[in-house]
Amino acid sequence: MQRFLIRRLIAGLVVIVLVSFLVFSLSRLAGDPRLLYTDGYTTADSFEELGRQLGLDKPFIVQYALWMANAARGDFGVSLSARTSAINVIRERIPATLELTAGAIVFALITGVPLGVLSAVKRGTFWDYAGRIFALFGQALPPFGLGILLALIFAVQFDLLPTSRRGDWSHYVLPSITLGWVASASFLRLVRSAMLEVLDSEYVKFARAKGVNLDKVIWKHALRNSLIPPLTFAGVLMGAFLTGAVVVETVFAWPGLGSLAVKAVLNNDFPVMTGVVMIFAAIFVVANFLVDILYAYVDPRIRYS
Amino acid sequence: MASVEQATASIPGIAPNRRASTRVWQLIRSWPVIPIMILALLATFAVFAPLLANQDPEKGNLRVRTVPPVWQEGGSREHLLGTDQQGRDIWSRIVYGTRISLLIAGIVLSVGAILGTALGIMSGFFGGLVDEILMRLVDLTFAMPFILVALVVAIVLGQGMDIIIVLLIAFSWGAFARQARGETLTLKERDYVAQGRVAGGTSRYIMMRHILPGLINTIIVMATLRVGQLILAEAILSFLGLGIPPPTPAWGAMVSDGRGYISTAWWISFFPGLMIFLTVMGFNFLGDWLRDYFDPRLRQASQ
Repeated sequence: MQRFLIRRLIAGLVVIVLVSFLVFSLSRLAGDPRLLYTDGYTTADSFEELGRQLGLDKPFIVQYALWMANAARGDFGVSLSARTSAINVIRERIPATLELTAGAIVFALITGVPLGVLSAVKRGTFWDYAGRIFALFGQALPPFGLGILLALIFAVQFDLLPTSRRGDWSHYVLPSITLGWVASASFLRLVRSAMLEVLDSEYVKFARAKGVNLDKVIWKHALRNSLIPPLTFAGVLMGAFLTGAVVVETVFAWPGLGSLAVKAVLNNDFPVMTGVVMIFAAIFVVANFLVDILYAYVDPRIRYS
Repeated sequence: MASVEQATASIPGIAPNRRASTRVWQLIRSWPVIPIMILALLATFAVFAPLLANQDPEKGNLRVRTVPPVWQEGGSREHLLGTDQQGRDIWSRIVYGTRISLLIAGIVLSVGAILGTALGIMSGFFGGLVDEILMRLVDLTFAMPFILVALVVAIVLGQGMDIIIVLLIAFSWGAFARQARGETLTLKERDYVAQGRVAGGTSRYIMMRHILPGLINTIIVMATLRVGQLILAEAILSFLGLGIPPPTPAWGAMVSDGRGYISTAWWISFFPGLMIFLTVMGFNFLGDWLRDYFDPRLRQASQ
């Protein structure tokens, strides 16, 4: 178990280092960073001086090491548009994205899991097809299209819910649904197929034969064992949420990391941009590591392979 | 067989269905009718685009801005699905947009699937250091937030179809590699692989003749299911303004164009959005069907 976890931990660190190297190279490829800090009226001397300050006179790999050492302490440089340290700009935006993601997870869980159970138990009936159509919309509608559609129906047509920015609970509804629908669809499909398999197993038949109440068999015996596939999927889901956040936050003018990243990229604000990418990658790696631990805990076979 | 049919004929539910509607339903359930219809439609659009489009997809006429579809009041027969805010014909743009979407998905998948499968098989077959490095690279493609990297690349290297294609390939080969590696690990323990070895087969021969045929079905299913994701990814990039540069008709960009007009001219966003939906749905259905078809256990269960 310990060896397994250490291996996964090292693998995660390697991924972080590779991501950082790629991001750093890309931001250097974009051109001389001095041009971003100066306005074209600086003298050659101060231009050189700035270069020394930013460490541009050192070899590329040393620059990278310096940048990496700072980044590890949370120092990504000074934001070009906000003129304060990039990490502060980023930190301000984190709660909004976390709230949005939490809302999406809640929506995905309260719709995806019960609908998955329902369509497995009532296989081939109206409920099964209703569930599949629900999943279809989540998987085949582009997230921005879904967002626009929901806004059109609930905000423009019926004037029930607000469509932009944070506020009271009602502001969370549409963005959370938009972000969570894909995940809900995946949960539904995974739970459904796992349930079908489990319901067919010997121990469920045994529990039924023993006279255990049907609801109890479904929700306790069967569901518990059907949650392993969605669990492993949770790591992948984290990545999908982070990517989805970029789109959903753009559609709903949500002040989170995603819209910050888009703005930073459009403004050539490289310190903020590299910071957001690194934080996204770190969240993703940590989430996957946690899933690995959980998975190894749930399924003993993984621990020893 | 005849005796079985006779024996079951009297049991309700197992008896052969006679009603026409039930027969149609059976056909839909046993063959991918809907996806094939959607794909046929897309193929027609892509191949006959110049014949089907009655207007220039890239040039607009500012005198006919936001004309509604033909069946609505104020619609014109010149513009079947209406026009956008620049007076460009939506129908013609959708028809030409099919070419763009399918071209991108086609190139990305053929390169991504072949490259990923080849690397995955080698990784699983040889193991060791190569395996370790390749799998960390795959982890990397999974850990990189795709949209963000795409945004950065679009800013650094500029926008363009070639850049989008390279990006999408970079992010799609990994899944194929991981899948192929996993299956190779099981397949290479099989007796027929050992026997191929004993018979003097080279590594290359064994990989091509004994391992590849064992996992090709899974790869085909994966590739089909991936088409939808690719089309969505391309649409998202275009929506954020970093995909295919205008005025080339791309569905995602068309949806984005209509965002500000959603309450006054819904058709600008709606029809391209519908095309994305139908296309992704068609490929997803086909992928699901292929998976069931290739898996004999599931095939029996559905019959």
